[in-house]
Amino acid sequence: MKIHIKSGRLIDPASNSDALQDIFIAAGKIIAVGSAPVGFNANRTIEAAGLVVCPGLVDLAVRLREPGFEYMATLESEMDAAVAGGVTSLACPPDTDPPLDEPGLVEMLKFRAKNLNKARVYPVGALTVGLKGERLTEMGELTDAGCIAFSHADAPLTDTQLLFHAMQYAATFGFPVWLRPQDPWLARGGVAHDGQIATRLGLAAIPACAETIALEAILLLMRETGARVHLCRLSSAQGMDKVRAARQLGFDITCDVAIHHAHLSEMDLGYFDSNCRLTPPLRSQRDRDALRAALVDGTASALCSDHAPVDDDKKQLPFDEAECGATGVELLLPLTLKWIEESKLSLAKGLACITSEPARILGINAGRLVVGASADLCIFDPQHYWKVEPTALKSQGKNTPFIGLEIKGKVRHTLIEGQVVYESK
Amino acid sequence: MFLNSNPQLNKNGELHHLLSIEGLSADALRHILDTAQSFVGVSGHEIKKVPLLRGKTIFNLFFEPSTRTRTTFEIATKRLSADVINLAVNLSSHAKGESILDTVANLAAMQADMFIVRHASSGAPYLIARHVSPDIHVVNAGDGRHAHPTQALLDMFTIRYYKQDFTNLRIAIVGDILHSRVARSQIHALTTLGVPEIRVVAPRTLLPTHVESLGVQVHHDMAKGLKNVDVVMMLRLQNERMQGAFLPSAQEYFKFYGLTADKLALAKPGAIVLHPGPMNRGVEIDSDVADGSQSVILPQVTFGIAIRMAVMSILMGN
Repeated sequence: MKIHIKSGRLIDPASNSDALQDIFIAAGKIIAVGSAPVGFNANRTIEAAGLVVCPGLVDLAVRLREPGFEYMATLESEMDAAVAGGVTSLACPPDTDPPLDEPGLVEMLKFRAKNLNKARVYPVGALTVGLKGERLTEMGELTDAGCIAFSHADAPLTDTQLLFHAMQYAATFGFPVWLRPQDPWLARGGVAHDGQIATRLGLAAIPACAETIALEAILLLMRETGARVHLCRLSSAQGMDKVRAARQLGFDITCDVAIHHAHLSEMDLGYFDSNCRLTPPLRSQRDRDALRAALVDGTASALCSDHAPVDDDKKQLPFDEAECGATGVELLLPLTLKWIEESKLSLAKGLACITSEPARILGINAGRLVVGASADLCIFDPQHYWKVEPTALKSQGKNTPFIGLEIKGKVRHTLIEGQVVYESK
Repeated sequence: MFLNSNPQLNKNGELHHLLSIEGLSADALRHILDTAQSFVGVSGHEIKKVPLLRGKTIFNLFFEPSTRTRTTFEIATKRLSADVINLAVNLSSHAKGESILDTVANLAAMQADMFIVRHASSGAPYLIARHVSPDIHVVNAGDGRHAHPTQALLDMFTIRYYKQDFTNLRIAIVGDILHSRVARSQIHALTTLGVPEIRVVAPRTLLPTHVESLGVQVHHDMAKGLKNVDVVMMLRLQNERMQGAFLPSAQEYFKFYGLTADKLALAKPGAIVLHPGPMNRGVEIDSDVADGSQSVILPQVTFGIAIRMAVMSILMGN
């Protein structure tokens, strides 16, 4: 299959290039940019005038809900949702049931995902057996099965000695450790940011120091163990300050921000909107502004959807009983575009947060538009408005704080290895 | 982010549900207090009933145990001539795994006109109010730590009864503010009615962060907190808070924050003492004070019936 993508605005964030150029694909790879190679006869020409052509998106947190939570979502529905959102590579956290703590589970997931022929799936293995925080998993076997990193998802890890050993062990073999910093004791029972809104609504609170205390511990353990650490979904200004300071001291540490936290704050809880029940909690407007600033100055390098489809039964509950999480993989692109516009960034710089930068964190060869690279592409209309409503989402999860919002940016085509895996009507 | 319009009001801006004091105007509060005033007499009649809600069906939907609030709602309902059905849901369907919305849908199918809801989770009555049909009314009878609007209203009624004017009062709320739905509703009611000085008195472990943002002054010392106040509003201390992470012991709490005659003497002469009940004598309040001349704790209970009659009849359009 030879494809000619014609007259599009080609953006390669990694090289900061942004120009009207054609792109030529053959045998799954980008074979030329600009003018056609000699003798190139396209089987298909995609007219991309007025559209942006960028690398397929790379999302660092997409819950596919398999195995174990098929009542919330299935691999089929969520992989459809991913490509509809322009996502071509995704990392899935180990918080399945059972958790991704055995090679067989990981192999099965990879196998089933591959057969769907949609986005590339990169499982993150469980750091401890059953995510119970008691015993280390077979990280070597899990890596052979396809895990690209190890994390504890949102499960509490109370035993600091075990975390120490997990980081030592991972460091021995160079396995990356992904951690969401949160002190389980300070966060115990909490459902909202410890601020004015929780005080007003009478919700049990999680203070920002739950994040910074855990973060300090991780930084100290990193220094002791030499582990490679990526921090997931920071939520507070103080947390970002700590990461910025650590990076200035030479710590090789990366972090990401969830798209919800880049746009929303505790104010959005309104009158107990359980769609805003998220982990970590939405914090103050000052925290949100600090997260956005950190994305601009590079302290945080990636935005992720933190996609978590939840069924209605688990959301139509009082706020503190509702399941955490929101659907997001189809909103990652338009919400990133919204952030880019509001932050007055160039498209190339902003799109790096959902393409080249998360690819670098994952350690995969993706997120680039260069000759010779696999043709994983997202072609989108940056001006097309659409309304976030249940029927507009492929994901089985329809729960999102953005429901009802008109957003700009619609994926037209998604290509993986030179094959069109999604196109919108 | 799209649930921000005040869910208590209907399209015409009238009170349709009573979920929280927050967001209600001073006029709306005064209207409830005035209406309650007209019902105070009913309890003294030989036939203690008015036919305002005849033929209406009201469900007391208590997902959390309660004696006093449930009973006063029941009495208020009966005095308005409505039919009342009491459901202790924590003992029935909820325990069998039925979801709160399923429970409500089933009761709504029995032609309910109003739900009086108590739930251990903050915001639960909002969830119910969002999902019931537009002709059903919801009254919050206490949700988690969030609100207990009828309690606050009966407290306002009591204060007005004894002190007349809100705009020259100094009021102290003493005790476990952090976990108290009563305190939150009281603070909103007092600020809305124009009380110039509201103090909260508690140790730091029992105060929410940013409590000042609600419009109160924070005190940790009873002597300073009670100095020259016109009204002392005590809060109940839950048993589970008395020992452990929030407080070392009931004895030590009483030593610092228990209301004794000595401490009450620091308030203005003629200051009144309120308590939402049930009281822990010897923990937050000394018996001498609870049964003393400045205590208005029993009148509070009586006024509670009139307030609940007023709320129900106003919501039903009377």
